[in-house]
Amino acid sequence: MSTDATAGSDADRSPEELAELQAQVEALETELADLRSDVENGPKKMVIIATKGTLDMAYPPLILASTAAAFGYDVTVFHTFWGLEILHEDNSKNLQLSSVGNPNMPVPNAIAALPGMDRVTTRMMRNKIADNEVASIEELIDVSLESGVDLQACQMTIDLLGYDEDDFYDGVTTGVGAASAFQEMVEADIQLLV
Amino acid sequence: MSTETAAKTVDVKGQNCPMPVIKTKGAFDDVPAGETLEVVATDSGSLSDIKGWAESTADAELLDQQETEEGGEAVYKHYIKKVE
Repeated sequence: MSTDATAGSDADRSPEELAELQAQVEALETELADLRSDVENGPKKMVIIATKGTLDMAYPPLILASTAAAFGYDVTVFHTFWGLEILHEDNSKNLQLSSVGNPNMPVPNAIAALPGMDRVTTRMMRNKIADNEVASIEELIDVSLESGVDLQACQMTIDLLGYDEDDFYDGVTTGVGAASAFQEMVEADIQLLV
Repeated sequence: MSTETAAKTVDVKGQNCPMPVIKTKGAFDDVPAGETLEVVATDSGSLSDIKGWAESTADAELLDQQETEEGGEAVYKHYIKKVE
């Protein structure tokens, strides 16, 4: 029986071998305690991939990022494709919204598709944002950066859309790509694609 | 719990989600251990948001949340102690 074999082999060990085994067990216990404390006490991490640049879709990543930072999380937001507009200092102040394809907006698609209608819809939304005292995108970028959120602009899409690194807010990280975003996602407790 | 016993007050009246929690966290960082922070907000969501934040923050203990009225407007006061 296996239990007999184990008992037998233990009895055969020399005191030196037993002492060595005990030392190994103690080393493993220490390592386990360290790992456990890292998991329990180390900072948690959230990574958001922001791909949209409309006025409504600019809010969720910034609100979540700044909130998670207040909860003590290390936060990275990787902005790619139209998500870059959020970090673009000029464009971020002029993000647009369209009623086309959004059945929740009170404008039929046929009318929403007319020239100039996006501007009307955007103005309507901006007024609502102001009336409800919701922070502006610029304010949310400021508080995110102040609270240590790493706002990253994907280098490939900076080049693709013909932007310059100086177009973005001070404090925005450039020169990063999918591999670094992926690596951060692997280490993160929360990963979101917005 | 009265305002006199709070070491610091942060006024987030008129500010909406996520600002009350973010300003609370910023002000709480400067509160010495053992002291209490008072947060004054008009956002009704701050009741659940600040409660949740305090529960998840190791050195924060939510002592009290009060719903009052100032000039016909609802005002929410939160008292958070920094535990030692």
